[in-house]
Amino acid sequence: MTLLQTAFYVFSAILVFAAMMVVTIRNPVKSALFLVLAFFSAACIWITLQAEFLAIVLVLVYVGAVMVLFLFVVMMLDIDLARLRAGFTRYLPIGSLIAALLVVEIALVLYGSFGAGEYSPPADPGAGYSNSKELGGQLYTHYVFAFEIAALILLVAIIAAIALTMRRRPETKYINPGEQVLVKREDRLRIVKMKPETPSSNDREPQ
Amino acid sequence: MIPLSHYLILGAILFAISIVGIFLNRKNVVILLMAIELLLLAVNLNFVAFSYYLNDIAGQVFVFFILTVAAAEAAIGLAILIVLFRSRQTINVEELDALKG
Repeated sequence: MTLLQTAFYVFSAILVFAAMMVVTIRNPVKSALFLVLAFFSAACIWITLQAEFLAIVLVLVYVGAVMVLFLFVVMMLDIDLARLRAGFTRYLPIGSLIAALLVVEIALVLYGSFGAGEYSPPADPGAGYSNSKELGGQLYTHYVFAFEIAALILLVAIIAAIALTMRRRPETKYINPGEQVLVKREDRLRIVKMKPETPSSNDREPQ
Repeated sequence: MIPLSHYLILGAILFAISIVGIFLNRKNVVILLMAIELLLLAVNLNFVAFSYYLNDIAGQVFVFFILTVAAAEAAIGLAILIVLFRSRQTINVEELDALKG
């Protein structure tokens, strides 16, 4: 068994274990942390497939941003775990049975048509090959329109997330900058015309 | 060398685990979202494996876009979850029956 094969099977085992823990563990925080482990092992498996750029993106974007977001939300919400877990064990046998059937069916199909004889890995592209460079070249030439749309989707996601979670809280005191800028002198200052007053004897300071 | 079918079967196992996760945790929206992320990961694994074995970079470009859309989906999904929890004080799917569906 070569080093590559050993790495693949070890990371696959970790990935499957982490995925199982994600869906079965009781605490959602631990579940999110196991999802991080699953994404890390998936990134390692992608590196064995020579997709370095995507592996790094998976770690940076998923583990670095999306999973931190998940952890934030899970820790912010006060969840009643006992009620959410009701019925878990009741559906566990039928669920695992369906999963096993699904895997067996797919494996039966796959072993016939995608074995070692039909698809062999391509020749080693050599030391100067850069996966990021090739991916970038394709992204900015053939797929540049799709790339722009992806940027637009991210913008929409930013605006949607902010618009959904923003709320006005009447009890907090804050300054409206628009009103503040539009304020005129007349709103704040009142000039009163009046006769000059002569100092009376009561007002005079004692010498 | 690792045959392509092993990568595909790994993807299938991940997919099945996430499907079962959706069955088992169908009351907890947070775990449902995590299971959806796992489903997408399984699909991405298939894409990357085919991209390598067919020597075609298009599969990896596709994974790139899937990652983008999945990140947007997770952000909006969690925002909806926050709003939901703020108004209903629960994330139990069984209690979200305001639409009488």
